[in-house]
Amino acid sequence: MALTLYEKLWDAHVVVQDGDGKALLYVDRHLLHEVSTPQSFEALREDGLTVRRPEAQLAVADHSVPTDDRAGGIADPQAAAQIALLERNCAQFGIEYLALDGPDQGIVHVIGPEQGFTLPGMTLVCGDSHTSTHGAFGALAFGVGASECGTVMATQTLWQAKAKTMRVTFTGTLQPGVTPKDMALAFIGTVGASGGTGYAVEYAGEAVEALSMEGRMTLCNMTIEAGARTGLVAPDARTFAYVEGRPRAPRGADWDAALAYWKTLVSDADARFDREIVIAADAIAPHVTFGTSPDQVVAIDASLPHDERLAKPMRYMDVHGGDTLNGLAIDHAFIGSCTNGRIEDLRAAASVIRDGHVAATVRALVVPGSMRVKAQAEAEGLDKLFIDAGFEWREPGCSLCVAMNNDRLPAGARCASTSNRNFEGRQGIGARTHLMSPAMVAAAAIAGHIVDVRKVLA
Amino acid sequence: MKELTTVTGRAVSLPDADIDTDIIYPARFLLITEKKGLGAYAFYDRRSDPGFPFRENDDRPILIAGPNFGCGSSREQAPWAIGDMGIRVIIAESFGEIFYSNCFRNGMLPIRLNGQIVEALRLRAEAGDTITVDLASQLIIAQDLPALGFDIAEDRREALLKGWNDTTRILALHGDDISAFEATQRRTSPWLWQRN
Repeated sequence: MALTLYEKLWDAHVVVQDGDGKALLYVDRHLLHEVSTPQSFEALREDGLTVRRPEAQLAVADHSVPTDDRAGGIADPQAAAQIALLERNCAQFGIEYLALDGPDQGIVHVIGPEQGFTLPGMTLVCGDSHTSTHGAFGALAFGVGASECGTVMATQTLWQAKAKTMRVTFTGTLQPGVTPKDMALAFIGTVGASGGTGYAVEYAGEAVEALSMEGRMTLCNMTIEAGARTGLVAPDARTFAYVEGRPRAPRGADWDAALAYWKTLVSDADARFDREIVIAADAIAPHVTFGTSPDQVVAIDASLPHDERLAKPMRYMDVHGGDTLNGLAIDHAFIGSCTNGRIEDLRAAASVIRDGHVAATVRALVVPGSMRVKAQAEAEGLDKLFIDAGFEWREPGCSLCVAMNNDRLPAGARCASTSNRNFEGRQGIGARTHLMSPAMVAAAAIAGHIVDVRKVLA
Repeated sequence: MKELTTVTGRAVSLPDADIDTDIIYPARFLLITEKKGLGAYAFYDRRSDPGFPFRENDDRPILIAGPNFGCGSSREQAPWAIGDMGIRVIIAESFGEIFYSNCFRNGMLPIRLNGQIVEALRLRAEAGDTITVDLASQLIIAQDLPALGFDIAEDRREALLKGWNDTTRILALHGDDISAFEATQRRTSPWLWQRN
């Protein structure tokens, strides 16, 4: 029988099938961070359980860490205690923890792939909804809650209902200045914030095949913003080249065996999907969100809708039907996050600077996704480009993507952001977030207002 | 886990669409590492809104919510906080998937129903009527409405009715199955078992 990639990954991990279309699914890897696991470890203690396979877990602190100078320790006592608790829990249960001051720290969805912890064909979970990111490698990866993190540590399994399948095919080629972030926003705008609920999404087509691994990660990362927990791209030569030689990637005979298996991880030509969506990549313009849900998004040159149902989010954002976002003044710019904090994102942002300087009215942050990304960027001189142009160059962490560390925006502030959620208060109480690509954010930071990066690059 | 069989009481109505888990439990409170007592922070930044539907010491155990309730972040603090406010049943047209799963882990029942039925229940909630949700018979009883059936996966229904602990139950029932799976995978996919 012809199978989709999702079905192949599913079938390979079924421990037990029940009669109700559910399976006890084996979970190959678990990534941990400081926010979603304190209560998971507590549950293990309450039930008197141990971690079944400590070597299948990897922990790092990212959400609550400060991204300014960390040499003096963590000023916020609550954040310091939370991070110390993760380190202590990992030590007690035998789980490897990547130290905050070490060379490998970073956002959990950046470090998994760069460590070679994330591999094609595996199942991977994390107590974080953006775990869909890892699907870029052809891994079945999805976010779970803290209770489920505990179950995974104790049993290496989860009961799961099989999802329906959706294929999103991007035909043609992206225009210059248009990025994977714009593909993601265009898709979310097409299906809506709950259009993917109940589905596992596979991205396909020429424009997806042409993407770097970083680009595929951006696309899969945003899948949850359409309501789907899982996004997938079939692994190919680009995937294998990215993985080979990574610190935790297989070597020697193991590599050869793995590679032979990974090459089978494609949807069969005659596989059937429950839903098919086709989007012409050529026709995608840079996208910017205008509301408080990621599906409230328009092309940069389009007028905002007149729609009574959008009155509340548009009032929050202080934008109006008939306006365009082009020219809207911003106060803050944020480049980073598990969506757009990788080396290619920083290169794309830096390429827009040219001789420009951040506008006097704008505060702009560049927050690399990991210590490795930071080191790579510094080796390429990107840090100097950013700093000379008036951007702040920070330490890795979730930063302004989630207002629970010391990077937060004041009420009413308007931010051009490469992050993933424009929810009310996501970057600070009353703050206004416009999601867009790294190049668009850099261009907005310099102009002082939202601009069409295609015109800047022309 | 706390069992859930029948829940009877008045209901809170929160009809906005796309209430994400950041609204339910603002991120800055995620620095708290406990899971009890989080109701104090639920909907924290919405509390001064005109028409905010929850009250001090609310004793209404049912929430009638808008579509895509609990979308966004996987934070389990969202159901912990709502549960701490006394809510045991949430009825909506659709839910964020991770939130939906998280509810079951905490003795809470999320029910998906079509939009018209949710709207009818919202009117009953706003009228202050008592609503009964009976998990055993999978029926909702509300004044002036016919008994309403709802769907729920059988394993989840049973787990809620009996208050099972998912983790210890998997180990008790399937410990050997897991070991057998691992033995096979170690042979067929040895690269997943090497530590580099």
